Formats: sequence, C-alpha cells, structure tokens
Amino acid sequence: MSVAFVFIALIALAGAAGAVFLRQIVHCVLCLAVAFIGVSMLYLQLGAQFLGFAQILIYFGAVTILILFAILLTRNSGPNLSESPFSTGYGIGLFVSGAVFACLVWAVRQASMIRQSTAVETEVSVQKIGERLMTEYVLPLEVVALLLTVAMIGAVTIAMKEAPEVNPADKPADKPSSPS
Amino acid sequence: MENWIFHIQDSLVGLTAETGRPPVARFLSIPLLIGTFAGFFALTTWLERKALGRIQNRLGPNRVGPAGILQPAADGLKMIFKEDVVPRSADKIVHFLAPIILILPAFLAFSVIPYGRQLVPVHLDAGLLFFFAIGGTAELAVFMAGWSSRNKYAMLGAMRAIAQMISYEVPLLLSVVPVVMLSQSLSPAVIAAEQSGGFWHWHAATPWGIAAFLLFLTAALAESNRSPFDIPEAESEIIAGHMTEYSGFKYALFFLAEYLGLFAMSGLAVTLFLGSYHAPLPILDFLPGPFWFFGKFACLIALFIWIRGTLPRLRTDQLMSLAWKFMLPMTLAALAAAAVWFYADGGWLAWFLCPPCVAVPYWLLGRSSRRKKPAERVYRFAD
Repeated sequence: MSVAFVFIALIALAGAAGAVFLRQIVHCVLCLAVAFIGVSMLYLQLGAQFLGFAQILIYFGAVTILILFAILLTRNSGPNLSESPFSTGYGIGLFVSGAVFACLVWAVRQASMIRQSTAVETEVSVQKIGERLMTEYVLPLEVVALLLTVAMIGAVTIAMKEAPEVNPADKPADKPSSPS
Repeated sequence: MENWIFHIQDSLVGLTAETGRPPVARFLSIPLLIGTFAGFFALTTWLERKALGRIQNRLGPNRVGPAGILQPAADGLKMIFKEDVVPRSADKIVHFLAPIILILPAFLAFSVIPYGRQLVPVHLDAGLLFFFAIGGTAELAVFMAGWSSRNKYAMLGAMRAIAQMISYEVPLLLSVVPVVMLSQSLSPAVIAAEQSGGFWHWHAATPWGIAAFLLFLTAALAESNRSPFDIPEAESEIIAGHMTEYSGFKYALFFLAEYLGLFAMSGLAVTLFLGSYHAPLPILDFLPGPFWFFGKFACLIALFIWIRGTLPRLRTDQLMSLAWKFMLPMTLAALAAAAVWFYADGGWLAWFLCPPCVAVPYWLLGRSSRRKKPAERVYRFAD
C-alpha cells in the first residue's frame, strides 16, 4: 500500500462519509462529487487514463449536475435538522450493502489476476479500449446505447405531457440533458 | 526561441538527480504557464476594451499609461483593494470554494496543449479527454457560486449558465470527434505533429475539417459564455448571473476563469484544426513553433473580440434551439463527412463526395429552422 493510495483512499472515503452524514442535501451532493474525484484518482493511479478521465467527465461533470437539478426541481432544499440522517429501515439497508460488499469481495478474490501474485504492468492505451469496444464488446455497447436512447425518449415523453399551453420554442430548455 | 527555452529548462532539470527529473520538468512549466496566460488575460482585457471602443465609435481606456495600456494593472489593484462582501445568509464555505474550483481546472487545461515541437508541458495518451473532463468541472463551480449566494437572481443565473454549458458541451465534444477519428489519437501532441508541411495539410483545409472547425468555434464561444452567447452574465437582463453576490478579488477570479476558458478553447482549436505550431508554408519553417502557435492563437482571440463587437445577444430559447436543433445535427453531418473522407482516402473522390455531406444538411437545417411568424411567448414560471 503506497502513500499515494492511502491519501487517495482517504479523500474518497471522506467524501463518501460526508455524503452520508451531512444534513444539508446540497452539501451531500458536493461531498459525493469529492468521492467521485477520489475514485477517478484511484483509476489514474492504476494507470487507467481513459477510465479515470471518463469518470471525471461523466460522474463529476454530468451525474453530479443531474442530481443537483433533480434535487432543486423536486423538493425544498432547506436543511432538515429535526430528522436523523438515518432512515427507519436502516437495518435492511445495512443488510443489502453488506451483501453487495460480500459479493464484490468474493468476485474479486475469484479473479484470476489476483491469484498470480506478479503485478501485471500493462498500460492499457485508449486505442486498445476502442478496438475492443468496437469488436469484442460491440453488442453490450449497442445495448447500452439503446437503453440510454429509450431512457431519453421516455424522459422527453414525460416532459411533453404539459405541452399544449407551452410555446414549442421553449421546449429544448426543459429537455433533460443527456450525459455528455 | 523554442530551443533556448528548452535549453534553459534542460539545464535547470540537469541540476537535479536522475530520478527526480520528470517531476521537476513539469514543475518548471507551471509558473511559465500561469505567467503567460495571466499576462495574456491582462493584455486581452485592454485590447478588447480598445477594440470594442473603436467599434462603438468611442476611445476606450486612455487615462492610465500610454494609450491606456496600464489599465489592466489599475483594474487589478482596484479589485484587490475592494472590500470582499459575503452575504450574511450565504453558505460561507461553498461561497469561498466556488471561485477556487473554477480557476484550478481553467489553468490545468493548458497543460496538455502543445506550444511547440518540444514544448508540451504534460504528455498524455488521453490528453483530449483530460481537457474536456477538466473543462466539465466548471459547471459544478458555477452551481456552487449560484446556490451558495442565497440569491434568487444568482441561482437563476447559475441554472441558465449550466443549462447552456451542458447543451453546448455536446456539439463541442462531437465536433472534435472527426479529428480524433482521422488522426487515430487522443493525444494533442500527436494530432499537432501530423499536420506539418503547409496549410493544405491542416485539418481546417478539408471539407469536414472546416465544418467541424466552425462548429467548434461556435460551441467554444457558448461554452466560455462569450458574446453572442453571454446571456448567463448579461448585465441588462439578469444582473451578473451567478456572480451577482461576488465582489472584489473573487469577482476578478470569475472574470479570469472565463478568459482562461476562452484561451484554452482557442489553443485547442489551433492545435486541432489550424496546424498548431507548424508554419503555413514550408519555406517559413525557420521561424520557431511557438511563434506560429501564438500568432494563430492571437488571430482567434482577435476574431472573438470582433464577434463580440458585431453580433447581438441570443435569447435563451434561441440559444437552446441552436444547440439542439442545428449544432447537434450539423456535428453529426461533419462526422459522416469525415467517415466518407476516411474511406475515400482523401483523393479527388473525397473532394467530390465530402462537401455535399456537409452542405446538404446545412441547407436543410437552415430551411427547417426558418420560422414563418414568431409564436406568442408564454412565461410559464412568471405567472
């Protein structure tokens, strides 16, 4: 465990802890953004440039903004000091997250790369990732693209319901942003 | 020039131990980058005010120094000594962090641009991706500024700015894709290196290249909130948008970040489309690379100032329709043209097939967006 890893892990964990425990929901989202940055730094430390920058571009740049828009458009974002930050059913949540964690640990330990104790030093270039995506993994890529298109059409359909009294020129401003 | 900068850096790096060289070399480029572009910022504000003054038939700044050249220094001093007013109900920490989070990525973006054959601060395999990932963080900073001010106008301005930036990020990224496709690399240094040998080798000298270049410039204007897309900070319409509750040096930082964003976009446009540090004619190659890079860069900045003096502002809904109904399909058309160019191998057949790929969608989209008569506007949220 290198110093850099400990530092990065602390940033990510601090961000995640802030996202769970802070009272003001916008602060929680900003802390979540810190956690996203921590994760992307972890990818970069492992030499996965493409993954690290894509993580910043999509999660920090787009998903955080999406969450913020959702919060501001749906509820009053004042701090709720009377309630505990824990929901009443936190036992179930604990169980589910524990199960997910155990599943991940099992999957990681099963992976063949861990078994061979030699560190695999392969700098994966962006070109290689692109070639793989366009040949071997082209079907999953297409499925994901289709899923995103369906989601976007669905969002537009929901937003269109109140259309009659609205000027069509205003529509694109209300359009949900696609993850850029 | 390129050589002696490189030599100085080399000799400074040479003083350190073998293992510490790459970090030291990168560290040395930090003050150079900050100094150069902060200097450009000062110069550009003066030039812009002078040029706008001339366009609007007045003199512009002419009190401080010869022809007002010291005006940026005076403005900077004024900004530093101004009182820093923070609203009482503001979220102090987020309010303080917003300009910092905005300014850091603005400087980071300069680190992947090649300024000369040897002058690339950081070589990154995925440099372009880094550039856009870093640029995308500005939206969060704008949101933080608007939300933490606890001011309706700041919040509305921030929402407008974010909506605009997200909408124009899509055509901005898509207009870069043809270049990446044809040069088969995400590294700005590689893309710059392959455009050598005269202006006919530049990407902007191909049908898909000129279309992508113009789309990129338009999207870059919108992304850096420049006129005619400067509605997020239009003083006459919505005070100063997300910057309403900022004063003193923090306000200056917002201003600086905006110009730095414009510089980064211009630098990238020069790198991707205008042959980067290569001379327009092979005979002129004796002049050093940075001269050509910054020459082209200065031309783009002058173009942006000219545009600001010429075009009126777009309304928010027009701005959004332009992004989604015109720019987005046009970038896809440029992408298709680049694909045709790739498979026709850049020969005479490509020159025959490529221009219609761009021109026909342009004509069709232009026709369809022409409105017969303006519909009545309904202000849904103002009732």
